[in-house]
Amino acid sequence: MANKSPQPEVSSPSLRVWAPAVALGWLVPGGGHFLLKRSGRGSLIGLSVAALFLLGLMMRGAMFQPQTGDLLTTIIYTGGFIGNLCSGLFYLLAIWLGYAQPDVAGHVHDYGTKFLVAAGLLNLLAIVDAYEIATGRKN
Amino acid sequence: MPRMNLVSHFEAAFIFALFSSVVLGVVTKSTDRERLMYGLRCFAYFIGSVFVIGWLMYFGHR
Repeated sequence: MANKSPQPEVSSPSLRVWAPAVALGWLVPGGGHFLLKRSGRGSLIGLSVAALFLLGLMMRGAMFQPQTGDLLTTIIYTGGFIGNLCSGLFYLLAIWLGYAQPDVAGHVHDYGTKFLVAAGLLNLLAIVDAYEIATGRKN
Repeated sequence: MPRMNLVSHFEAAFIFALFSSVVLGVVTKSTDRERLMYGLRCFAYFIGSVFVIGWLMYFGHR
């Protein structure tokens, strides 16, 4: 009978290790990478998210508000709201400064709405990346 | 805030593909060369998809 080798303990990383990078990464796109001394990557992320968000505003894209109803409505509006929210300070500033574009027809507005959500979702990827770097799962 | 009303489908898709590819390249791979190659590949896939779907819609509407 083979001896059982001791299993390595899988411990979740401490909150103090990753929380500052994740919080800063959410608030300022690329900020988590800057905090972790990955300034080149942080700059590229910050520039890309900022460009998409600002172009979305210039195209007069609409911000999503969470809505419930049928399943598709809930997924689209709540998912869109979460996507918008992931842009961090850009989203908060836009709302605080009174940006309220109604959802109107037209391909430019439509692209603007998608740009605003995509900016947040790309920042979400960057936040996950910052988390993995902070916890040592990734270089 | 200046408005941007005169942007074509292709221009919008190009800008979207460019910035999305940069972020996808930066967050996925482990070395700079791999990041560059992955970003370029993503960009090529985005633009290729724009042309393929564009032609499909063109023939679908005929």
